[in-house]
Amino acid sequence: MATMSFTYYPGCSQSGSAEEFGDSTLAVCEALGIELLELPDWSCCGASSGHMTNDLLSVSLPGRDLAAARALGRDMLVVCAACYSRMKVSQRRILEDEELAGKVEDAVGADPRFTGRIRHLLDVLVNDVGLAEIKPRVVRSLGGLKAVPYYGCLLVRPPEVCCCDSVENPTDLDRFLAALGAEVRPWSFKTDCCGGSLSLSRTDVVERLVNRLFERAEEAGANCIVTACPMCTANLEMRQKPSKFGFSIPHPIPVLYFTEMLGLAMGLPDAEEWFKAHIIDPHPLLKELV
Amino acid sequence: MINNISPQLDKELERRTGQKVRDCYQCRKCSAGCPVAFAMDLLPHEVMKLVQYGLQERLLGCSTVWLCASCETCSTRCPNDIDVAGVMDGLRQMALEKGAAVGQPEIVLFHDSFLRGIKLLGRTNETVLMGQYKPLSGRLLDDMGLAAVMMLKGKIKLLPRMVKDRKAVRRIFDAAGKSGG
Repeated sequence: MATMSFTYYPGCSQSGSAEEFGDSTLAVCEALGIELLELPDWSCCGASSGHMTNDLLSVSLPGRDLAAARALGRDMLVVCAACYSRMKVSQRRILEDEELAGKVEDAVGADPRFTGRIRHLLDVLVNDVGLAEIKPRVVRSLGGLKAVPYYGCLLVRPPEVCCCDSVENPTDLDRFLAALGAEVRPWSFKTDCCGGSLSLSRTDVVERLVNRLFERAEEAGANCIVTACPMCTANLEMRQKPSKFGFSIPHPIPVLYFTEMLGLAMGLPDAEEWFKAHIIDPHPLLKELV
Repeated sequence: MINNISPQLDKELERRTGQKVRDCYQCRKCSAGCPVAFAMDLLPHEVMKLVQYGLQERLLGCSTVWLCASCETCSTRCPNDIDVAGVMDGLRQMALEKGAAVGQPEIVLFHDSFLRGIKLLGRTNETVLMGQYKPLSGRLLDDMGLAAVMMLKGKIKLLPRMVKDRKAVRRIFDAAGKSGG
């Protein structure tokens, strides 16, 4: 495998509520020889709240990171689907609209016209590293895992900027999980929204979306849901039954990151630490695998 | 004061978002695929129609634009290539700029809290976000059980990580604020 090197944009969740996503990303990339050099002094992309309320802000916050990436020259790697979307949409608008690029440059104080590629790790693993390269590294097959791949929104839409092979029925994550030995269960909710941006403000709406996803995963015969987005995972793990003082999980189906699945299959020693961080405990399921 | 009807609404949205809402022929594909339609006061295709009619007061005060989760299913499926979610962004931004009585003040409060956190630290931190949002939303005690579970799982970081050059981040907010979106 040719050595790969990226400027890495970690994103806020990966050192906060989704630390296990960040840690497993670093671990699998190291094991595969993918060099990640963290973008110096990176800042938040602004996420949904940015583009929903202030257009120039929504492009300028990623613009600061794009300017820093431009100075380094390498392609950029992102793992959070939301960061990925904001970086790619902003890059496209900056490069296609010179008037906007000028405004962003004034706001940021540096040239934001980053022309390198912005990649999601799933895309790099499936299409650059390749499943043929990954398969021989599986030391612990994930047979027994019945997974439904959950792509969510921002990894697939809008298709003009995203990376998956199909916008209505993507299969990248399906094929990735199958290569690790998991049984991939078919379902129709791969790209249905979990309501992430409403998680705190309209928990009632989110509860309905989240429970529907779990019910459909159960119907599909799944014993786990695999994601590529820290917003989806947080929402699925925390919003099944919101309440004031109690906390319960009516559908105890673990929700795991694709990087954790790879790390587990490759026998990486840190995997145990990642799984401890999950609100829906995956240990009963993982014990069955052995 | 927001006029009930603005004949310029379609043009103003085009200037902001590049979207030609007049191309909508009401096939309703956007509403059929919208995951949040059950909670909306106007369905997405109705929003498109009201934009064509110029009914700005109704639109800038509706709940729908704030409930839109920006999942982009509608934008992906529109046969007339209208980025419906982009139009929702345009309407949200207009509502804030014109000081409209928004249909979902709690959602606006959430976005405001989220962005204030970034302005302060340069990065998003869950603890700071909760600290900003919860007391103002009047739901301080919601999710106490969840917070305890998050603590146990190490998901709440009491020492927020922040950007070193926070001045640069503040300058971005100042520049974007001045331009009025």
